[in-house]
Amino acid sequence: MLHYFIHLFMRKTILLFLLFAATTTLSFAQADSLMDALTTGSSSAKNEAVSATFKATRIINGSSVESLGAGVLDFRISHRFGQLNQGASNFFGLDDATTRIGLDYGITKWLMFGIGHNTFNKEDDGFVKIKLLRQKVHGMPVTVSYNGAISIQTTPAPILPAGDTWLFSNKLYYAHQILIARKFSNRLSLQLMPTIVHYNIVDSSKFSNNTLAIGVGGRLKVSKRIAVTGEYYYRLTNTDMLVNGLPTYNAVSIGIDIETGGHVFQLMLTNAQGMTERTYIGQTTDSWAKGQLHFGFNISRVFTIVKPKEFR
Amino acid sequence: MFAQTYMTRTGKISFNASAQGSPEKIEAVNNEVANILDSKTGDLRFQALIKSFKFERELMQEHFNENYMESDKYPKAEFKGTVINLNEVNFAKDGTYTAKVSGALTIHGVTSNVTVAGTITVKGNTAMLNAKFSVKLKDYKIEIPSVVADKVGKEAAINIETELTKK
Repeated sequence: MLHYFIHLFMRKTILLFLLFAATTTLSFAQADSLMDALTTGSSSAKNEAVSATFKATRIINGSSVESLGAGVLDFRISHRFGQLNQGASNFFGLDDATTRIGLDYGITKWLMFGIGHNTFNKEDDGFVKIKLLRQKVHGMPVTVSYNGAISIQTTPAPILPAGDTWLFSNKLYYAHQILIARKFSNRLSLQLMPTIVHYNIVDSSKFSNNTLAIGVGGRLKVSKRIAVTGEYYYRLTNTDMLVNGLPTYNAVSIGIDIETGGHVFQLMLTNAQGMTERTYIGQTTDSWAKGQLHFGFNISRVFTIVKPKEFR
Repeated sequence: MFAQTYMTRTGKISFNASAQGSPEKIEAVNNEVANILDSKTGDLRFQALIKSFKFERELMQEHFNENYMESDKYPKAEFKGTVINLNEVNFAKDGTYTAKVSGALTIHGVTSNVTVAGTITVKGNTAMLNAKFSVKLKDYKIEIPSVVADKVGKEAAINIETELTKK
């Protein structure tokens, strides 16, 4: 008897449940058909480009794949102080700073250029960065940019034997880089930078005019607004290059990106005091092993020169 | 299938989240809002991609997506609701009607019920929807760090303008 009641009860419950399920699915289907109509036709969501692989257009010393938006002007001030191990008499290097002042501008969302002046070696530099590929949510796994830079060392010509002339071209250096980056997650982005630096003149005919290097960089966000960064340029050739008789080392830098309202602060420790490709990649004469580290920072302030079309 | 539906994919939603008295304008506009209305049932849906909100300053737009709206995690804002005074809107006759809309608004992955008053302007085969209302950022778990509290307000004033066409 009891068994029979339980059976009946179960049957009713199951029926009720099924009925309930059917009606709710029906009403759900109806309610969502409108939303589905909106979702299915939207094109932009599917092949969305990945954004903000890095916080700034530089990882530390070198370029990231990021470029400025169209019509955006970036005023940049960067400092690299003297060696930290100079001790208290030199205020741990702070008395001995080098500076780069620069202006970058985004012409389109895939093309930007920049110019700058460096106190180190009195160098003027310019670069063009072109975004070639963009990482997509589905499909394209990496963002690829080309960075081409030129710099002119404007220090006075060395004393030459009578009759020799110091050509303008002797002051020029070039760098070409392919920047390949992937944002693995919201927190982790990594970048590879095959690079060639061409020196129109080197200290001795023993050295090649071209330095080949491969750079590795990355960032790990530790909070929404703070990220830890790293950058290493490993030279494949010309590792024995001397600069003013000093041996050269691979540039290794670690940093922190701090984002506030209108700008990004980048603080770093690096063995490179120069901020152009030709100096930090090929002519870094300080070494981590000897404690010849430099504290430094990049400050960037962006201005919108040409407003997006929605705001004109 | 949708005999009574009005629809667009180019609706406009703008917002202003500037703090009172702050010179820095925190404003954005999205011109790619999808919106559908069933004039028989009053069912109303909105869908907006967070990344389609354009700011005057690109960096602000990046921060909006990365830090405030977390748009990789929550790519869309949605509204599912109904026009509750549907009997007062005559889709057969041109004119501007006051409309009351009630439903579930989802922003930043948080859904909350809202009731908003606006207008529906019927003109031939089109219906223009207009509404102005405010949302408290706190209600949608959008955190404003204290460093920017003098720039970003506690509320965002939202302005909706969509022009739907009968299907």
